[in-house]
Amino acid sequence: MTAIAIPVQSRQPRQFRLMRHALVLAKRNIIKITRAPEQLIDVTLQPVIFLLLFYYVFGGAIMGGAAGESRHDYLQFLVPGLLGQLLAMSSIAIGQNMNADIEKGVFDRFRSLPIGRAIPLIGAVSAEFFRYLMVFLINVGFGYLLGFRITTNPLALLAALGLCVCFALAFAWLSIWVGMMVRTSGSVQGIMMLLVLPLSFGSNTFVPTATMPGWLQAFVNVNPISDLVSAVRGLMIGGPVAGHVGLTFAWIAGLLAVFFPLALRGYIRRT
Amino acid sequence: MTDLAIEATGLTKSFGDTKALIGVDLAARRGSVLAVLGPNGAGKTTAVRILATLLRADAGTARVNGFDVRRQPEKVRESIGLTGQFASVDEDLTGTQNLVMIGQLLDMSKKAARQRAAELLEWFDLTEAASKVAKNYSGGMRRRLDLAASLVGRPQVIFLDEPTTGLDPAKREDMWDVVRSLISDGSTVLLTTQYLEEADALADEITVIDHGRVIAHDTPYGLKRVVGGQRLTVRPADPARHDDLLTVLGTVAGEGAHAPETDGRGAVTIGVDGDEVLPDVVARLRAAGIAVEEFSLHLPSLDEVFFTLTGTRSAAGSRESSEVAA
Repeated sequence: MTAIAIPVQSRQPRQFRLMRHALVLAKRNIIKITRAPEQLIDVTLQPVIFLLLFYYVFGGAIMGGAAGESRHDYLQFLVPGLLGQLLAMSSIAIGQNMNADIEKGVFDRFRSLPIGRAIPLIGAVSAEFFRYLMVFLINVGFGYLLGFRITTNPLALLAALGLCVCFALAFAWLSIWVGMMVRTSGSVQGIMMLLVLPLSFGSNTFVPTATMPGWLQAFVNVNPISDLVSAVRGLMIGGPVAGHVGLTFAWIAGLLAVFFPLALRGYIRRT
Repeated sequence: MTDLAIEATGLTKSFGDTKALIGVDLAARRGSVLAVLGPNGAGKTTAVRILATLLRADAGTARVNGFDVRRQPEKVRESIGLTGQFASVDEDLTGTQNLVMIGQLLDMSKKAARQRAAELLEWFDLTEAASKVAKNYSGGMRRRLDLAASLVGRPQVIFLDEPTTGLDPAKREDMWDVVRSLISDGSTVLLTTQYLEEADALADEITVIDHGRVIAHDTPYGLKRVVGGQRLTVRPADPARHDDLLTVLGTVAGEGAHAPETDGRGAVTIGVDGDEVLPDVVARLRAAGIAVEEFSLHLPSLDEVFFTLTGTRSAAGSRESSEVAA
């Protein structure tokens, strides 16, 4: 056994320290995904299956009403709308993963390092960026194969992508908070499903709000998923946008303001 | 700054109704090894977690490398390396990826982190497994990677929580060599263990804790004197000679040693002052014509230490299962 040679280690500058640490830990989470690619089913196959189901099973029954005259009209209505539900569902995985991950010894190591308390959480959420990107691309891409067409412009599409990813990254903190609060990763899924299903179906995702009873319209109109869907729909197939984008950003800020501190507190307490 | 690298006074911690620590004091001089000796559930890990800023004590104060664990946790974290009882490496990452990640989190450049990782992997004999996923490592390899991970930042104070529990004896000796070389680098080491033998082999001072309280603090030499030095175990070839054997051994038993004990196989164990009695014992056995099948000199087990220190066999007896499990 040899003694350790001690070169003067080159220290990185202190600025951007938090961001650098978060990226190092994001990379860790991405490596973990590549070790078990089946974790990506919810962002790869799920958009395809959902589009097929809702388009072919319900499309015929719904068309001819307020959502449009033809099957194609319904597809134009459905593709942007479905993004809200798909993204909300994709966020469940991070709560489950963090719930299981945090029990492992490596988090003791993170806690004993001179890095920000929130960094392991921020790193994990940053890695989610790629998953949410996939949801968007696969949903829109497969929709395209079925006949969906963007009627606005590429810049608007890019804006829709940005809005979707930002919303999902904010929504992920709700999932992490649930993950910190409950004991098993199975119950994370149970609780998140109870939240995500009413939020995503009780919105303007599948049918126009005007077809619903008044009390439900009241819920749909204050539902953040509805604002996201309206904004994304406007950006992809035209229509009023500004108000919905503003409201969506307000929701993003609200989700972060509430659930980031709650998730962090749950994480610190769970030591 | 004091010359104590670890200094804890009156550490108290409860988990619900369970009192894990009840006023524990610990102290380790710079560059020394402090062993915290105790059975499972004595509070060893809780104490380490408090000192490593992972847990907050309900009462008491602690300073590590001169920094208060409660008020300056960041400074403490910059000073320490922690190797937990359960290997805290990421199983989905390779050996190199694990160490480079830690290096980068410690603000090393990617190049420096890689260099340091390669150095440590070589030191811990893991170079060949460097690009294998840690999930596929053996228990001993995982321990070594874990220890390597805690050394990436060249910490001044190193906590080793039961570093050899679950390792086979040969690997245990390897780990001891590693610990010895850490001290020669000038680091302060706090290690917890269930084995007096391990504490004796490595530590400058030993703190014995039980049920959350310190029940002894001494040098290994002092502690061994208190618990009656070494143990001599002799098993006669002919079980019928047991009483004759007792008579012979009675004449060489150490001063103040407790009564001879006979185990289920007829082996008699007595306390002796040191190995200088051995020739005498052999001569007397030969003179009495007692053939022996087993003849060994060893340090008292944790059980015997506790028996002597607390004087209660019942409390020590309940620990046997945990010791076997370890």
